[in-house]
Amino acid sequence: MAKGDLETVGADAPAGGYVQLLTPDGDRVERVTGPDGTEYSVDFTDAEYRTLYRDLVTVRRLDAEATALQRQGELGIWASLLGQEAAQVGAGRAMRPQDMAFPTYREHGVLYTRGIDPIMPFGLFRGVNQGGWDPQEYKFNQYTIVIGAQTLHATGYAMGITMDGKTGSADGEAVIAFFGDGATSQGDVNEAFVWSGVYHAPIVFFCQNNQYAISEPLERQTRIPLYRRSSGFGFPGVRVDGNDVLATFAVTRAALDNARQGQGPTLIEAYTYRMGAHTSSDDPTRYRIASEVESWKVKDPISRLKAFLEKQQVGDAAFFAEVDEQAKAEAIALRERVLELQDPDPVTMFDHVYPHGSPEVDAQREAFQRYQATFEGSAH
Amino acid sequence: MTTMTYREAMREAIRQAMRADDRVFLMGEDVGRYGGCFGVSLGLLEEFGPDRIRDTPLSESAFVGAGIGAALGGLRPIVEIMTVNFSLLALDQILNNAATLRHMSGGQFGVPLVIRMTTGGGRQLAAQHSHSLEVWYAHIPGLRVVAPATVADARGMLATALADPDPVIVFEHGGLYNVSGEVPDPSPADLDRAAVRRPGRDVTLIGYGGTVPTALAAADLLAADGVDAEVIDLRTLRPLDDATLVASVSRTHHAVVVDEGWRTGSLAGEISARITEQAFYELDAPVGRVCSAEVPMPYAAQLEQAALPQPAAVRAAARQLVGVDG
Ligand SMILES: Cc1ncc(C[n+]2csc(CCOP(=O)(O)OP(=O)(O)O)c2C)c(N)n1
Repeated sequence: MAKGDLETVGADAPAGGYVQLLTPDGDRVERVTGPDGTEYSVDFTDAEYRTLYRDLVTVRRLDAEATALQRQGELGIWASLLGQEAAQVGAGRAMRPQDMAFPTYREHGVLYTRGIDPIMPFGLFRGVNQGGWDPQEYKFNQYTIVIGAQTLHATGYAMGITMDGKTGSADGEAVIAFFGDGATSQGDVNEAFVWSGVYHAPIVFFCQNNQYAISEPLERQTRIPLYRRSSGFGFPGVRVDGNDVLATFAVTRAALDNARQGQGPTLIEAYTYRMGAHTSSDDPTRYRIASEVESWKVKDPISRLKAFLEKQQVGDAAFFAEVDEQAKAEAIALRERVLELQDPDPVTMFDHVYPHGSPEVDAQREAFQRYQATFEGSAH
Repeated sequence: MTTMTYREAMREAIRQAMRADDRVFLMGEDVGRYGGCFGVSLGLLEEFGPDRIRDTPLSESAFVGAGIGAALGGLRPIVEIMTVNFSLLALDQILNNAATLRHMSGGQFGVPLVIRMTTGGGRQLAAQHSHSLEVWYAHIPGLRVVAPATVADARGMLATALADPDPVIVFEHGGLYNVSGEVPDPSPADLDRAAVRRPGRDVTLIGYGGTVPTALAAADLLAADGVDAEVIDLRTLRPLDDATLVASVSRTHHAVVVDEGWRTGSLAGEISARITEQAFYELDAPVGRVCSAEVPMPYAAQLEQAALPQPAAVRAAARQLVGVDG
């Protein structure tokens, strides 16, 4: 196994390098030294490697099922994570149980690693409910659509953890905020950086640089590599190969552990690629060329882990087949449950505007019910 | 006379303005290669190049603020914001800056900036993409606010907006982009008057943007009931054309305002107040209002449809006013 620093690893890395522990061919790099001297490595058992592989395959399979459901008219919209499985599983598995995540709308892989029933977001995307889960129970906040808003929520949450005295030890709490490359242009995100820096908040900013914000390529958002933005705000930044689940795990685990111990924020740029459309409403052929997509296929996060497991004889054909079967079974079960989600009664739109109702909303609900009643029997 | 869609009409208007005046340019998220989130600017990058069809970094506050600066320097920016919900990230630039600079500079300069944004529901985009916040902007002195409801207005309003020395907000209802219609005359549209889209004697239905088709559909339903409805399209939401409203109500003696905004604090409320102030003795019944349910816009299709003003509800309100239902 090779050792290296950012200059020597990752033949496929962008200028400036990135932390990589597993090459696209499935070869392990034993450890890598980051820009600030931090050493990154992982020490997984065979069983843990297999679990990571199972995670990656499963989240991809569930995502494919969602894409299919959307095309069949069963979901209103879907934001696919295809290509970003390693970034999400690596970051999600690096979280400790007490850590809190603030996702965008694309973090289905992180959601899965938090042990949330994958059906949860489908109520939302099918349009039968708001898809809510209890963020405190799962330590995974609600999906956020308004770009960048969650980074401020995460910052405030992290500030609160410190106020509660829950940082400063190995079992302290930390927060991770997910966002995209496009989001880095928003004022909210930059203000979250300022605040987190000033308050030395226990937070990790996890940017999945999937190279696009809808149609706009990275160069519309930045002239310097995104991870370097952090230095202007006074905390470290590191770029990791986001298609390498091992490196993503190592870098995120280190940053979260620093945060929980009171070392303040870190910006992680997970360098990856959105293999599919922005959402099911988008047609990426309008703005990017097929050869670019092809060039990322060879960096696939799953095939490299599979190659590694094969080379190490940690996984054999039977294991891979069993994982595929299990993922397929989960996807089919998910499909069946999605199709069973019932359309809500229109009057439920008045629910949850306020916790205990309000005179205005209650009056509107009653008026609506009277109005609805005028249509009853009108077919006769 | 040409037939085109609302989307094409907007595009033609931008194209014509850019051909006619080098100072005009378009900027926003995904307006270039992608052709705009709703396809309005499709093909314009190819014709005008990336300097004048500018894909911007993802920050509403930045591109509206930069639009103000460019306008101050003599350019004529058209800024596209994906949806009115996201314009809230730029509200400070619009209200505290664009709308006030003429006043606060003692009339030394203004901000000739056009901001286009999509508004409205009905497309299953949930509570952070689908609201109708036109009234928030119509509330602000220093702005002109227009809402093209027809293909002809989509074609004609932009040129007038660009000629305005002050900021103009153009609301494009997302449900209208695919509507086809005729453009009798591509010359700049007058923005000062509301329009009677359908004459009638018994009740005045007042709408704007996306609720004009709703009001027209309701008028058809009412015709079957023997009620002859007049439909008024406000066209400009600030300043409001009171004269057209009062003249119509003075003929029909009944009015229903159809507004996709929430009723509390709505444009419908403002219009109702004006009619009451200026034509109280012409009214045979209180002014009716059909607005969106006061809930965040639901995502579920049938909930969303139930939350939005529908022709059947407008019909019911009008029937009640004119006394068809006793
Ligand atoms: C404030 C705001 N502006 C615009 C949008 C529309 N929008 C949705 S996703 C998106 C691009 C986001 O790109 P990025 O942050 O890179 O994340 P990705 O979708 O690639 O994961 C935009 C502009 C939005 N949701 N919120």
